[in-house]
Amino acid sequence: MHAVWEPWSHPFMQRALLELLFVGLVGAVLGCWIVLYELAYSAESLAHALFPGLVAAALLGLPLLLGAAGGVLGAAAAVALTTRLPGIGRDAAVAIVVTTLFGLGVLLALTPASPPGLDGLLFGDLLGVTRGDLAASGALAAVCLAALAALHRPLLATGFDRGSARSLGARPLLVDLGLLALVAGAIVVGVQGLGNLLVLAALIGPAATARLAARRVPAMMLAATAVAVACALGGLYLSYYADVAAGAAVAGSTVAVYLPLATWARVRRAARRPSRKRGRSRLSPAS
Amino acid sequence: MPLSVEDLAASYGGPVVLSGVTFDAEQGERIGVLGPNGGGKSTLFRVLLGELRPLRGSVRRPPRLGFVPQTERSRLDYPVSALDVALMGTLSRVPWWRPIGRVERRAALAALDRVGLTVLAGEQFGELSGGQRQRVLVARALVQDAPVLLLDEPFSGVDQTSAELLERLLVDLAGEGRALLVATHDLEQARRFDRVLCLNRRQIAFGPPEETLTRPVLEATYGGEIVTLPGEAAVLPPHHH
Repeated sequence: MHAVWEPWSHPFMQRALLELLFVGLVGAVLGCWIVLYELAYSAESLAHALFPGLVAAALLGLPLLLGAAGGVLGAAAAVALTTRLPGIGRDAAVAIVVTTLFGLGVLLALTPASPPGLDGLLFGDLLGVTRGDLAASGALAAVCLAALAALHRPLLATGFDRGSARSLGARPLLVDLGLLALVAGAIVVGVQGLGNLLVLAALIGPAATARLAARRVPAMMLAATAVAVACALGGLYLSYYADVAAGAAVAGSTVAVYLPLATWARVRRAARRPSRKRGRSRLSPAS
Repeated sequence: MPLSVEDLAASYGGPVVLSGVTFDAEQGERIGVLGPNGGGKSTLFRVLLGELRPLRGSVRRPPRLGFVPQTERSRLDYPVSALDVALMGTLSRVPWWRPIGRVERRAALAALDRVGLTVLAGEQFGELSGGQRQRVLVARALVQDAPVLLLDEPFSGVDQTSAELLERLLVDLAGEGRALLVATHDLEQARRFDRVLCLNRRQIAFGPPEETLTRPVLEATYGGEIVTLPGEAAVLPPHHH
């Protein structure tokens, strides 16, 4: 029993867990929309593209959220300009801009002239989270969750049938922009603890795992939250007892949960295929 | 008059894809919209829904229009129940940020009941049959409670039971004073509508079925070589169904 409670006797572990709960909660709910909208790769690109904005904000002593907003706008402008270059398709333009911006951010963060601690934006420093970081993450997480609750119905309708969403009263472009802003916000919530490279694990992993079994969106969100909390606890225990990097341990645990469940879901689907056909014919008559 | 269109033309930024469309829909009227694939039915619906700005002409429409798309446009892998889909119809009536309340839930259940799907309200949308899915989309439009309903080929790929139920429902909805625009390839069904609008990149005809569903009009609408009229019945080749 001592081994179970012992890690939580340290304030740095308590703060790390709280930070992960903030990231996990936002990541689980927002991640469901990222997975359902098939935006995982776009979210990763966005995370990398806004990195120089985060570093610039840290260097200038500005709020990270401001840096993230500037980074997103800068990346969007760069993509728009690059696509105008002759011979470069949209896909290649995004790849060029994302890698260039990410490289620029890494260069700024890791240059010897930069103040110490900026590398934390890249790799995260879960065990070094301060009370101030927690307060900022908690406040931003609350704002993100409130926005997600408000956007739930337009998100659901637009994701189901984008073509009919306008006739229902949703505005797909605004929904997409809202989702983009929330992804940027969630990255800022998680960047302090998990870093720009690993924060995507918290955004995608639990939701992708929940998608394997959930049949309704609210159930998917609940399952993703449970997975996120379990991975936070598992990752921190692993970090504490195996003495490995906490952020990497948490990110690795989401993969460790996803892979066997994905395999199990695939096997179960294959086994059920004939009986599903029977089930479908049950629903087919007049009813 | 709930809907009125005058000399409408539309394009997607290139050549004109639809022109010279003038018609109106009275309360309680069922209008069949006929035309070949690419003839402008979907373009007309997009203009009426406000998704596409007309190139010229005018459209007078109520602030809220109900739309029933073809079921193929919906994502079958999406984790929503039939009730969830019906509840999406509340977006045009209840502000988007407000959570769903009991009133909306009751309205969605009543709409599902009207299309004969109360028992399947909790079933996943993607696991229903094609006809049942189409009925769920009709229920969603009913929840919108709009005076004008646009239905994009609601009978295509639908089982007999659903087709009969839908046809009865259209009569009932018109009886309630709603105007219905129904895109269809079924000429026999179009004969039962109040008026028919024939399109082939332009308006070919608009009027009562007995005046519009004639050989010259159908030949102009679908192309002379593809329409055969064995006796009274008009038959279209398979790719138009």
